[in-house]
Amino acid sequence: MSMSDHGPSPKRRNPVLPPRRPTLPPVARTRHALGLSAAAAIGEFALQECRECGAVQYPPREACRSCLSDMLTWRPDNGAGTLLASTVVRRPYELYFREHAPWPTGLVRLDCGVSVVAFLHRACPEAEGRVRVRAYLDRAGRAVLVALPEQEVPDMSEDPLLKAFGNAPKGRNVLVTDGRSDLGQAMALAALKAGAETVWVGVSDPWKAPPGFKALEETPGITVLSLDVTEGQSVETLAGQIGGKVDILINTAEFHRTHSALSRRGVETARAEMDVNYFGLLRLGQAFGPAMCSRAAEKPKNAVAWVNVLSVFALANYPQQGTFSASKAAALSLAQCLRAEFRSSGLRVLNVFPGPVDEDWNQLELPPKLAPAKLASAIVRALEDGIEDLYPDPIARDWHERWRADPKVLEMELTA
Amino acid sequence: MSRRLGYDGVVLASPVTIPYERFSTRGAHWFLGRAMRALVETSGLDKAAIDGLCATSFSLAPDTAIGVTEHLGLSPRWLDYVPLGGASGMIALRRAARAVQTGDAEIVACVAADTNQTDSFRRSTAAFSQFAQDAVYPYGSGGPNASFALLTDHYMRTFGARPEDFGKVCVAQRRNSLDFPHALFRSELTLEQYLNSPLIADPIRLYDCVMPCAGAEAFLVMREETARTQGLPHVYLLGAIERHNAFADDPIQERGGWAADRDDLFAQAGIGPGEIDFLQAYDDYPVIIFLQLEDLGFCGKGEARAFVQDNDLTNAGSFPVNTSGGQLSVGQAGAAGGYLGLVEAIRQLSGQAVGGVVPDARYGLVSGFGMINYDRGLSTGAAVLAA
Amino acid sequence: MNAPADSTLAGLVADLACGRVEVVDLTHTLSPDFPQIVLPPEFGQCAPFRIEEISRYDERGASWYWNNFSCGEHTGTHFDAPIHWVSGRNLPNNTTDTVPVENFVGPVCVIDCVAETEADDDFLLTVDFVKRWEAEHGTIPPRAWVLMRTDWSKRGDPAAFQNYDEVGQHSPGPDPDCVRFLVDERDITGFGTETIGTDAGQAAHLKPPYPAHFYLHAANRYGLQCLRNLDQLPATGAVLICPPLKIRKGSGSPLRVLALVPRPEVTDA
Repeated sequence: MSMSDHGPSPKRRNPVLPPRRPTLPPVARTRHALGLSAAAAIGEFALQECRECGAVQYPPREACRSCLSDMLTWRPDNGAGTLLASTVVRRPYELYFREHAPWPTGLVRLDCGVSVVAFLHRACPEAEGRVRVRAYLDRAGRAVLVALPEQEVPDMSEDPLLKAFGNAPKGRNVLVTDGRSDLGQAMALAALKAGAETVWVGVSDPWKAPPGFKALEETPGITVLSLDVTEGQSVETLAGQIGGKVDILINTAEFHRTHSALSRRGVETARAEMDVNYFGLLRLGQAFGPAMCSRAAEKPKNAVAWVNVLSVFALANYPQQGTFSASKAAALSLAQCLRAEFRSSGLRVLNVFPGPVDEDWNQLELPPKLAPAKLASAIVRALEDGIEDLYPDPIARDWHERWRADPKVLEMELTA
Repeated sequence: MSRRLGYDGVVLASPVTIPYERFSTRGAHWFLGRAMRALVETSGLDKAAIDGLCATSFSLAPDTAIGVTEHLGLSPRWLDYVPLGGASGMIALRRAARAVQTGDAEIVACVAADTNQTDSFRRSTAAFSQFAQDAVYPYGSGGPNASFALLTDHYMRTFGARPEDFGKVCVAQRRNSLDFPHALFRSELTLEQYLNSPLIADPIRLYDCVMPCAGAEAFLVMREETARTQGLPHVYLLGAIERHNAFADDPIQERGGWAADRDDLFAQAGIGPGEIDFLQAYDDYPVIIFLQLEDLGFCGKGEARAFVQDNDLTNAGSFPVNTSGGQLSVGQAGAAGGYLGLVEAIRQLSGQAVGGVVPDARYGLVSGFGMINYDRGLSTGAAVLAA
Repeated sequence: MNAPADSTLAGLVADLACGRVEVVDLTHTLSPDFPQIVLPPEFGQCAPFRIEEISRYDERGASWYWNNFSCGEHTGTHFDAPIHWVSGRNLPNNTTDTVPVENFVGPVCVIDCVAETEADDDFLLTVDFVKRWEAEHGTIPPRAWVLMRTDWSKRGDPAAFQNYDEVGQHSPGPDPDCVRFLVDERDITGFGTETIGTDAGQAAHLKPPYPAHFYLHAANRYGLQCLRNLDQLPATGAVLICPPLKIRKGSGSPLRVLALVPRPEVTDA
């Protein structure tokens, strides 16, 4: 074997060079502009619209520029428009942009009559050509607009901008924290299919030999490791093993029972739900979070995302699964805290809010139920798109819609 | 629209410049203080005789003009604060002229000053406006370079302007700055050098961009008889306009507010564009000079390119533009950049030029442009001055 | 003061000191990864052993190290009180805090079922088997502890220890008649095993289900499970020490189980 066989691999970091410290694009936005980011967080492009006169405006304002009404709302826009001018920013002022320069940007006149500054996908036509504008979250978790070519082009997602804004599993190391459930297994396979370089799958109590696990264990590219999120030492041990290499952590660990507050005497079951669904997340966060944050700017591979499989019941309590809902609400709250603490590194948090998943504990839920494999592929897509909150199925979207409209009304509907 | 009252009897005097520095450890208050001191010294007036103050600065925070009064021991009976960037000079002049005309103040000091520290341009760019913060700065943080690049790109596509057309303006202004003692750039620039300069934000090149620096510009506004009593050389204000957020429905900016008000300006001044002996145009980027040539009536829309090629823009030429070299050669001392052309025009028309002289200049047009709040400059202004 | 008792304990102390009486530890280490009993998911579950650091000479306590631990009463090597089973629910002194303490110390008989367990994971201890053992070692004395030695504790792999398949756990235990025999005919104090319960893995299918739990506790007797080192005990002649934690109304508790084992081969130095 010659020395060159050991030569530097482009996929590996030169260990004698200093680590890359994370930098971020500007995070500051006015309160009224955050509506754009909030829409982008769920993968939508929305513009501010006056409820009185219907005028659409951009940038967002606190009053209608046409009739001066303050009754402003956000409405989805298809982003269709014409590119009026383009430039390439080669000498940015901010460190983050300097490190990743050049940045193609342009001014797009949307068909709805507003002009927007937007980044330009490399396949965009020249000025006066047609484009469609979409909102993405940047590494700071704030919306930026990107003009895309009107039609899909080959290797669309290979654009450096979209790669920078997305958190695709492709070429990355993925940890799925619990591979015992159907979702955990589907998730591991979906990550593999999406091109993950390594897929680690955690498993506790392997002697239970859950259905399908054996096949997963034998799948090339998948490595099963011992992990019990209810056990601090187990979490720390695994973090010590692979914590410095995990690029995407997908927390599928879940304890799911279907009890209301009164249908189950005592707190043992509820405690177990909290122990997995809430404390498990906290243990994972403490054990894996700091190392992932420190690697968020690493090259060639960096830590990009942390995924929490929550439940749409985290938004409002579903009394038939009351204590489970409470544990998911606690997990959501903690996930928001993690998101805030990860923010300065650029490590992004994706919260997933499925409606009832087609699994044993949802036997009594009426269809439609979300197939685990569909949920897994929706999570992969959400990672690729860089969104922050995923409502992957019709029931989830319906709940979310009602919750956005009025959480109190949703509560009343659920307690009817 | 009813015909506006003229500025009869109002004059401008005591043009002063506090020499520019690339970076300064001083604060804006220091530059304002030096400018006030220079006004007192050149005018021979008592500090207390200056009873009006209009201050302009981007680096004064958390102070505004009122803080300046206590800082410098002034007790004016008329005070204004005009932080409008490149339009500040025009707006300050209009405010001060009316104050003097109505007797609200006898003598108004118009002062623009900014400091420049190593990171201050990035910081002021990041927080320039809500719209910039929300909808421009997150797109590569290119600042004004990126915004003007888009306007330039659009202008070039629409009207066929070429890099060498913009280059001709830059080269002519550099020629004008060679004799100007306050210019940061005082070596010849060739068209070849211009065309070979690196792209900053396509199509904007290095020599299309101004150099941020520290410095101050100031002048006094008073009644003609006051100037005569003091023995101060002065110039007359024949007309002045301002406009904000003009043509908001244009998809992209290809004209400025001057186009809405230029007829009013010349009507008030009582002369036409053909009688203008020099133009002090706002020149943060060459494309804006092109808009001013067109929108102020020196040529038709889209014809600036031909106008530039048909004229010699140097001080000895057929149509002198930016006779001190403009911001592109002198530097941009923050909001003082909005005063540079005005102070230079006062010098040229009152026989006080410190650099190159436009021979026999009788009428000068000064123009201002400022505040790219989002994707376009919102404020425009212009004034016709006479010797 | 009673002179003979005094000299007995003095003799014990002397024997302990010179090794003629050995103290053998029959206890597994309490750790999060020690297998825990798991019931079908619709039932309440016994919490596994968990330990969380309070401080370790750090900002949470600069000079000291300590932990919080939590677990169910039936975790690790543990004691079953009669109240644990419905059959013993109304008996007097049936909880960990009221069990008469003399029951925590007593003679111990060890029935070797190693070969039978090796041959059959679901081996059931029968009356005949016990009687054959008595034929060799003598009749089990009243108020003795009886331990079923299977070497199950040597299964270090949790999967082998739990030994689950799709119908549940497979592990040895006593059959119903055997438990009744030990209680009714031999008046034992308690019954202990190396497996996760006093009953066999498939004991849910016996009549009655879980006979060891049912009959032992119905008679106000006790259980010990997850024992180890039974291979270090003689068939008879050792003394068992097994006091559980004094939990008020406790149904059981993790505990340290010790045996005093005579080593007659050791002579005075």
